[in-house]
Amino acid sequence: MSEPVLEIRRLSVDYGLGDSAVRAVRDVDLTLHRGEVLGLAGESGSGKSTLAYGLTRLLPPPGVISGGEVVYHPVDGPPVDVLTLSPTQLRAFRWAETSIVFQGAMNSLNPVHKVSTQLMDVIRAHQPGLGRPARLARARELLRLVGISADRLDSYPHQLSGGMRQRVMIGMALALEPQVVIMDEPTTALDVVMQRQILSQLAELRERLGFAVLFITHDLSLLVEFSDRIAIMYGGRIVEQAPAAQLYGAALHPYTDGLLHSFPALRGPRRELTGIPGAPPDLRAMPDGCAFHPRCPRAFAPCDSRLPRLGPPADAPDRAVACWLHPAPEAATR
Amino acid sequence: MTTPTPSAPAAGAEVLEAIGLTKHFPVRRRLRGLFSRTRTAVHAVDDVRLTLHRGRVTALVGESGSGKSTVARLLAQLYPRTAGTIALHGEPVTVRGGRPFRAYARRVQLIFQDPFASLNPVHTVRYHLTRALRVHGNAGRTDADLDAALRRLLERVRLTPAERYLDAFPHELSGGQRQRIAIARALGADPEVLLADEPVSMLDVSIRLGVLNLLRELKERFDLAILYITHDIASARYFADETLVMYAGRLVEGGDSETVTQRPAHPYTRLLIGSAPDPDRITGDGGTDVAERGDGEPPSLIRPPAGCRFHPRCPVAMPRCAEELPPRLTVGDHDGHWTACWLYHPDVTGAGAAAAPVGGEAGR
Repeated sequence: MSEPVLEIRRLSVDYGLGDSAVRAVRDVDLTLHRGEVLGLAGESGSGKSTLAYGLTRLLPPPGVISGGEVVYHPVDGPPVDVLTLSPTQLRAFRWAETSIVFQGAMNSLNPVHKVSTQLMDVIRAHQPGLGRPARLARARELLRLVGISADRLDSYPHQLSGGMRQRVMIGMALALEPQVVIMDEPTTALDVVMQRQILSQLAELRERLGFAVLFITHDLSLLVEFSDRIAIMYGGRIVEQAPAAQLYGAALHPYTDGLLHSFPALRGPRRELTGIPGAPPDLRAMPDGCAFHPRCPRAFAPCDSRLPRLGPPADAPDRAVACWLHPAPEAATR
Repeated sequence: MTTPTPSAPAAGAEVLEAIGLTKHFPVRRRLRGLFSRTRTAVHAVDDVRLTLHRGRVTALVGESGSGKSTVARLLAQLYPRTAGTIALHGEPVTVRGGRPFRAYARRVQLIFQDPFASLNPVHTVRYHLTRALRVHGNAGRTDADLDAALRRLLERVRLTPAERYLDAFPHELSGGQRQRIAIARALGADPEVLLADEPVSMLDVSIRLGVLNLLRELKERFDLAILYITHDIASARYFADETLVMYAGRLVEGGDSETVTQRPAHPYTRLLIGSAPDPDRITGDGGTDVAERGDGEPPSLIRPPAGCRFHPRCPVAMPRCAEELPPRLTVGDHDGHWTACWLYHPDVTGAGAAAAPVGGEAGR
């Protein structure tokens, strides 16, 4: 595996302060390696978007980072902790090193400005020395990169289709050639045909430009196909992490297994599926022990009182799971 | 309430049928348009023919903007239609509000996509369900009758014990529970037909199947005819007996769900199935199909393409496709499998392996 580019260590995010705080993300450890696509899957309320906002320091109040660190490794130079950057440093860091494509990115373009203006704005903010012709050339190049003809430069967002707007957003995210691109449900609002077009294009761009992607979605079947590694979040914690093929082949955590069996298959035999009984947990009243135990078909003695730690199970050192069925060697001794 | 299917004909009988269903939404005229004779309109639904059978689920699959929700609203008679007939048990019905609409709604109920929006946040579950029962005359005479009816409804959607849910407000329920309440409300009318417009697409992945399985159970218990509208063709395969595929306002293929998903005939259905996420096709961009790249977008429905509406994107389009609208043609691999595509016309298939349509000269 290549070297890490972004390391999240014991990151916790709360909404609110004091006793009434809702702990949306708890002690998350996650490492993104250079050039890989890391899929982060979870249901609504699992904390996956909060994690993305937390690590980019984009959390709106009352969101507070209550602990942990986010270490970014630049191509050259010493690692930096994103959470301790000063506002000026942060401003230079954002977009140049990590960029983000938001949920419903189709609507994050400004409707009253041309696409060219919006693309050039990014470049002007970070490279003030560049003249207008150079910026325009770069904007044209970015559009070509995402497969839109350059004569669309003078279009307003409403003149573009949903898929094209999404591509413009991806082009904009790549404007400064960042090392890390965070994508929060980038294709949820799109049709499957368009979704596949955009994702194949993204895979191609990644191959060419070598950035790493943190891909956040609720659609696990999509991740299995498009990402290298997958992390599953439930109730604010990562419950399982594994290479995509291994996770799909043999899920260790019962929640992952349930999720994988929540998607009807398009091919192969038709099976009776059940989904997962119950509903996702309320973050204000999290169950004790493992957050999944009230819905878990295989819950047993320790599950409702002791929290399983995320660690490699004895027989598979390159993956990690937080479940008493597969206790990590060191967790078992705790 | 006790006899859920009054005057029930045999299972599998036709309940609701639409023939030539068409809806054009007028577009506001611009100044320039004032001088022209032609009125512009969005051709949202054109010439849709479908039949819902008792005890069967029919899926209507299409991308957003293909007109599938409009079909549901037309069948529920929420919109007046531009042309076509809707027949309930063989009798054409047209209702515009008032008592006739209520009588119709008693038999044909609609479930909406978003349970966060379809329930009134200031009212309790009890209020929502009581209203449905009262409006459709199923509340009984006494308070005890009403209470029993409420409990029965909640039991049907598997929300038990009823006390826990009756006085809850929508915000106290999870998405899945809310959608169950919306289903219970529809059942309060004791309908024969449920029109479910993307009933699970707003729900969390892990609870979608629970709701679909509930709908299937209700279908079997009460012999309901269900129209399941979805953009997810895999769930249509899982849940529906019959699948219809819609593209740009027209039906392009239909038949038994298994046949349509395993042996798709229309190039659009093939594209749709090829694009669906498939965990078994691991890594990268997979096999890039011919039609996948380039300008792959649905057409404008204000000026839809002549002939087959898919021809501008179709990888196997022939000259004829741009000129003539393909009729429903039998595919021939399975009973009732049809498609609106010239590839399956006897002129083409009769010519054997020849790629070009040779018409009447084939037998020369």
